[in-house]
Amino acid sequence: MTIADVLLLCLGAVATGAALLVVTTRHLVRAGLWLVVALGALAGCYLVLTAELIAWVQVLIYVGAVVVLLLFAMMLTRAPIGPSEDLDRTRWPGALVGSGVGGGLAALLIHAYRWSQVETPEAGTAERIGTEIFRAWVLPFEVLSVLLLAALVGAIVISRPDIGAGHQGRTTSHGDRRPIGINSDNGAGGEETPAAHRSDHPDRDGGEP
Amino acid sequence: MPAALEVVLRVAAVMAAFLVVPLVVGQMEHKVMAHMQGRLGPMYAGGFHGWAQLIADGIKFVQKEEVVPRAADRPVFRLAPIVALVPYLVALLVIPLGPGDLVGEPLDIGLFMVLAVVGVGIVAVMMAGWASANKYSLLGALRAAAQLLGYELPFVLAAASVAMAAGTLSLPGIVEAWRPWWLLWQLPALVVFFIAGLAEIRRPPFDMPVADSELVFGYMTEYTGLRFAFFLLAEYVGIVVISALTTVLFLGGWKGPFADVELGWLWTLIKVFAVSFVIIWLRVAYPRLRADQLQRLCWLVLVPLALGQLALTAVVRLAIA
Repeated sequence: MTIADVLLLCLGAVATGAALLVVTTRHLVRAGLWLVVALGALAGCYLVLTAELIAWVQVLIYVGAVVVLLLFAMMLTRAPIGPSEDLDRTRWPGALVGSGVGGGLAALLIHAYRWSQVETPEAGTAERIGTEIFRAWVLPFEVLSVLLLAALVGAIVISRPDIGAGHQGRTTSHGDRRPIGINSDNGAGGEETPAAHRSDHPDRDGGEP
Repeated sequence: MPAALEVVLRVAAVMAAFLVVPLVVGQMEHKVMAHMQGRLGPMYAGGFHGWAQLIADGIKFVQKEEVVPRAADRPVFRLAPIVALVPYLVALLVIPLGPGDLVGEPLDIGLFMVLAVVGVGIVAVMMAGWASANKYSLLGALRAAAQLLGYELPFVLAAASVAMAAGTLSLPGIVEAWRPWWLLWQLPALVVFFIAGLAEIRRPPFDMPVADSELVFGYMTEYTGLRFAFFLLAEYVGIVVISALTTVLFLGGWKGPFADVELGWLWTLIKVFAVSFVIIWLRVAYPRLRADQLQRLCWLVLVPLALGQLALTAVVRLAIA
């Protein structure tokens, strides 16, 4: 075993352990923090496998954005300190699905490769991934970007009542034009905004904290 | 093993920079702010113009009792300041000081890595704010999260523009490719990056998360002693990292009017301190932005500007290729 193997095993163990803690801990917010550890360890695995770009994408997207968004949403709603006794977890179905998928994938991979040696291509540098994506895989890449764009437009439509399905011929003066709902932490300070002047209508007072 | 020794030396050098440069910036903040506001600032500690003020502060912080609120989540509370500090230390590793090999760890995708780890700092803020079991701390953490999630976008887009112009993600590579006329070409990206960077490190005028007049001290309210000092240190290292990134990406890094190779490190340092000076200056000059103004600036000004710059960069790049 080389040093890389040992590192990979350790990081894998950390990732698995942290992931288990995510689903077993009784502390809601700590579950989110364990998720940070699990995803970070996974990024470490990618680094050991010399897939640098993937590793940092993992950190940037998952640790820096997805988990933060998750924690943010949790703290906006309910984030008690200490264990929560009233969590309902679907233990057995969850354990069944989780172990089934994990075991199935492991069995499939072991069966497919056995102990055969595979010539790996050179390390996944940014340059090589870029070349591959924009030469060989440009069509899937563009289709994916259309999908993401559709998701973005959908999110905007859902979050803005004035252009959503329920507007029924109202004018666009309904609701302000702030892109995301940051009003929650706005307190009493948000009265003299330009947005407030522009969307000055009766609904506003009821709609904002 | 010379290779291992070299690694140790490099890490030690970066560590030294990590401990010294932020202190210099901190002292600069004391004195610059004092002069801008027509007062003396620290004068006694150390004798000459209070040069030892920050060292005295450090000793004071070490001596203070460490208080953890009873309702707090202890492990998370104690871990948060360290999580706040580590990303900036890692970021400093890949920022080049001079030409050749004068960089902690030359990395092929250094820019990407810096952007990724700087984004991790927000996790520490949320940990601190939540684990303090204090409503002001939690509000501060939520404000910080909203702010950082928003400003991450123009921050990354502006950096992407330079990477596109230079055709590389390596920080030394970007400096290598930099030409003086890029100052004009990448000017919108420079402005966007600098403003978004200020918001990333939560410096005034983007200090809604701390906002001492309304939230006591935001997510740092419950911290005392050394752990509070860690948060302060993280802020100053943040200034250094943002200044250094602005320097490397937009101001030509080690390139100066003459003697690039011999005096490269000096040019970089001069530029870093100049940008830090502007950051301090902005703190004195501008009032704090409110949460809604903050988000408007980000989504209605910075993001469109950054996208426009990206298009401009692509067009110019194709035209000269």
